[in-house]
This record gives sequence, C-alpha cells and structure tokens, in this order.
Amino acid sequence: MLLAFPETHRSVVLAARSPDQKERARALEAVAAAYWRPVFRHVRARWRVPDEEAEDLAQGFFAKALEKDWLARYEPARGRFRTYLLACLEAFVAKERRDGRRLKRGGGMTRVPLESENADGERWELPLADGSDLEAEFQREWSRGLFALAVQALRQRCLGTSRELAFAIFERYDLEDHDASEQPRYADLALEFSLPVTQVTNHLHWARRELRKTVLEKLREITASEEEFRSEARALFGAEPS
Amino acid sequence: MKTLGDGTLDRLRQVTEWPDLSSTRYELRSEVARGGMGVVYLARDRELERDVALKVIGVEAADADTAARLRREARILAHLEHPGIVPVHDVGELPDGRVFYAMKLVSGKRLDELVREGLPLRERLRLLLRICEPVAFAHARGVIHRDLKPENVMVGQFGEVLVMDWGVAKHRGEPGVASEAPTPTAGATPHATAHGTIVGTPAYMAPEQARGDVERVDARSDVYALGAILYFMLTGHSPGRLGASPEVPTRTWAGRRQASVAPGITAPRELDKHLPRPLEAICLKALTLEPEGRYAGAGELGADLGRFLEGERVSAYPESLLDRVRRFASRHRTPILVLLAYVVMRVVLLLVARV
Repeated sequence: MLLAFPETHRSVVLAARSPDQKERARALEAVAAAYWRPVFRHVRARWRVPDEEAEDLAQGFFAKALEKDWLARYEPARGRFRTYLLACLEAFVAKERRDGRRLKRGGGMTRVPLESENADGERWELPLADGSDLEAEFQREWSRGLFALAVQALRQRCLGTSRELAFAIFERYDLEDHDASEQPRYADLALEFSLPVTQVTNHLHWARRELRKTVLEKLREITASEEEFRSEARALFGAEPS
Repeated sequence: MKTLGDGTLDRLRQVTEWPDLSSTRYELRSEVARGGMGVVYLARDRELERDVALKVIGVEAADADTAARLRREARILAHLEHPGIVPVHDVGELPDGRVFYAMKLVSGKRLDELVREGLPLRERLRLLLRICEPVAFAHARGVIHRDLKPENVMVGQFGEVLVMDWGVAKHRGEPGVASEAPTPTAGATPHATAHGTIVGTPAYMAPEQARGDVERVDARSDVYALGAILYFMLTGHSPGRLGASPEVPTRTWAGRRQASVAPGITAPRELDKHLPRPLEAICLKALTLEPEGRYAGAGELGADLGRFLEGERVSAYPESLLDRVRRFASRHRTPILVLLAYVVMRVVLLLVARV
C-alpha cells in the first residue's frame, strides 16, 4: 500500500494572489501559522536580539507582508516559497534595524545570552550567526512548525470521536519525550489503556498514517506548485514520494 | 499549540513512515539502516521477549520482484546455518503486502570502520580469515554472496565476525538473472545506493560480474571481492575503480611470476613497501582478472592466509632460497636467538678460559 499525496487542499500561497482582500488575509494567516516560529527564531539567531524584540520583528514582518502584499508577488518559477519568504524577512529586518538604529544612535547593541527560553519553557541554544547554520535551522523550525500544526489538526479531528483513544496512545508512545530505556512497550500501553496489544499496534499505525496524511495536506497548503510540494515532501520524509 | 522537541520531531519523521506491524508479534523501536531494497528496524519480539532486526521492503521499492528477492534472501540465510552468518528467525507479510524477515540483532562495528581505527596487521588478517570461513561454508553449499565488501561485514564486541546482506546472493544452478546482479551504475560512488536500483560497489566487484557476464559468476567472483577486502585492509584503500584503465596491465613481482591483475589496481607494495611479499601475492592472486587465475574458493584463499599467519610457505608466492631463510628465521626467531646467545656465551667463556 503506497500513500498517495492528498490533492484536495488548495495552496494558500497561491490564494495569497487572490483579488479578494479577505482571501489574501486568510492565506497570510495560514502562512503565518506555519512560519511564525521559524521566523521568530531566525530573527533571534541571525540578529542576536532579545526575545521581545524578535517577537516584535516577527509580528511586524507578517503585518508588513499583509500590508504590502508580499505573498502575492511570489513567483513559483523562481524558487521555493520558503526561500522567498526568508529573503523578504532579511530585507524587512535589515531595514527595520537600520531605521531603529538611526533613532537610537549613540546606543549600543543589546547583548543577549546564547540560550533562550520560549513560552513553553523550552530552552534552546542559538545557532551560530552563519549562513548555512541559519538556513538549516530555519528549515528545521519550518519542519517542526509543520509537524506541530499537523499534530494539532489530528488532535482536533480525533477529539470527541471513536479515534480519541488512538490519539491518546499515539501521544503517549510517540509524542512524549522518552529516553530509549524509558520507552514504554506496547504491552505497557495495553495495560494502561486496558486493551489487547494488537489494538495498541492498530491504533498506533492508524495515528501515524493519519499524521503523515495531515502533514502532507498542510504541506500542500503552504507550497505553490506540485514540484515544490514533492521536493519539500522528500526533504521532510527523506524518501522519494510515490 | 505545543512545541515539539527535537527528539519528538525526529521520531515523528520516522514513525510516519513505519510499516504496520499489526498481525505480527513485533513492535518497532527505531530505524537502524536504510538500503536500496529495504529498511532495517530494531524491533521487539513480544513472544520471545528479545530484540531482533527486522528487514522490511521500503515503501518506494515495494513490488513483486523485490518481495520475491527478500523472501529468497531469507530462505538462503535460513539454509546457511553458520556462526559467521546472521540467522533468520522468521519471514512474513505485512497487512499492506510488504514482505519482511526477522533476524538476529547484530551489534558491533562495520569492518571498514574498524580497519580505519587502525588495527594491527595480524589482527586484520585474522579477521579476514574469519570472513573467509562463512563464505567458504556458503560456497560449499553452492551459494555465492556477490556483494562482499567491508561495509557488509560486522565485527561484534567479542571479535565475532558476521557476513551480512545476502540480498543478491545466488544459488548454484539458479539461472543467472542479470537484474539480480549488483550492477555498477554510471557515476556510482563506492558507497552509493539508490532506491529501486541495486547498486553494487564497483571497487569490490569481480570483472566478470561487473561486465554482467552472469554465467561466469561463481565462487571465484567472491574470491575477487575477498581479495579486494584484503587490499583495503592492507592499504586502507579499495582497489582501483572499474574501467579506470581500458587496457589490462600485466604486473610482475619478484621477477619470477606474472599475473594479469584487474585494471587500475596498484600493487599493495607500491603503496607500502613494508608489506610482506607473500601477502601481496595472496592479495593479487585473488584479484586476478580472469577467474581461472584466482583461488578456487574462499576456503583456498583462507588456507593460504592461514599459512602466511603461521609463517608457512604460501601457494601464491614462489619463494627464493633467501625468502625461505628469512621465513625460517622469522618463524623460529626465539630458538635461533637462544642458540645464538648460547654460541656467543660459549665463545666468550672459551676466550675467558684462554686468558
């Protein structure tokens, strides 16, 4: 059985070119949901600014993108959407900081610690402000955002349905951070959820398959062409999609 | 929306690709390795409460041919019960139709990693001797591995040697199916693999196998690969790439014997002149271009290597009188030294008595 790519979800990147202002705003909202965290962390690491300033800049970037219709100017033939967005961000922050510095002339750079903590209490180390590291970090954050969106969507879809149990087992086995030695066995989960082991296997398989489908749906939404979609899917799953 | 940690993100990227093991007695723990034909997972056998390695056909390679090949590999392994060959426990089919087999979980290091760490020469040779044993066992049962290379040999924590990846092995009498042979692909690097295409390692592949002359592929093709592994162990490099030179050079060593070595191969002593000549002779005999010039099987190669390690005369190297004296001296170093010391002592005592 080969998993086919979902065809039904429309690209919000393309929707961003709609003549309808409301549709454009909705499209930007969807893009922002997937890109907010990568943008925030990129600003934080690239310009070494404190969390609050990075948040303001990330927020300002998406506001400006809506105001100036940046997404509508994206041409899929010229490269990946992610690369385009990063170029827009670079230009935006550079300009903001230039203007900001003119206002604060005489003031020095704010020194920030090499570690940061986000709203979830997760600590993370800033990558080196080096091009390749930053790009890899941006890509990783983008993957993280995409998977987080898909997990959230799957959770919502399962809530209040017969699949709630499948999601709970999946959450316990695959979403919780375990050391290899602490990883529960299927038998432990079977005991915990009062199920036969085969049911645990079935639920886990269902949830994983649904997550993959959801990730691909979300990916289709934030890519502009079939080629870009397939190429990003390959990068995400490490295998040639079928 | 909850942020996903690095470990969780990596796990999710993996598990969304994991096969459905419902209806089997295994539960997946992690991915171990990925090749052209399949993916190897660490799994738990619930029935026997032990960890196993599970080889499952990759989603991208799942077709009837690959399924047949994996079943064939499992059957060949099941018939080769030898401590140097990884045992197969079970073979089955997943609900999505993909074939898998369970085998012993091997932990240790790959031979190439171990050699690069810098093992002493004699240790390296002893390892090769132990690689020859299971290959000779397979040859005796009519099975040719056809993809021997350092990356396909695992050395365990206690020095146990396991020959892995019998995915393209051929049984004597089986028709030579060209598509089953590891095929060198244009531009393939020695470590390259590709989904849907079986890519061998040209540097370790016998010339007749690389030409696709499947009818001529036999135990001596494995001997070539073992010679190439010996070459790697001696020099740290794999022998020359196939097709590096269109002409077949005739190499002469010790001025006494000639052999046609496969194209593009530099004699080991040209890279390291401290290597013993008989050892180089063993290596080059195994790497001879035409199968007729090589050892008849892994057992014969192993026997010559064993003789070298014991300080005996090897069949691949015709010795001069000086070589024999050297070998004799090296083999009986201790008694010769004792004898010399005794003679010197007697001479000194004689001189002292005269004074």
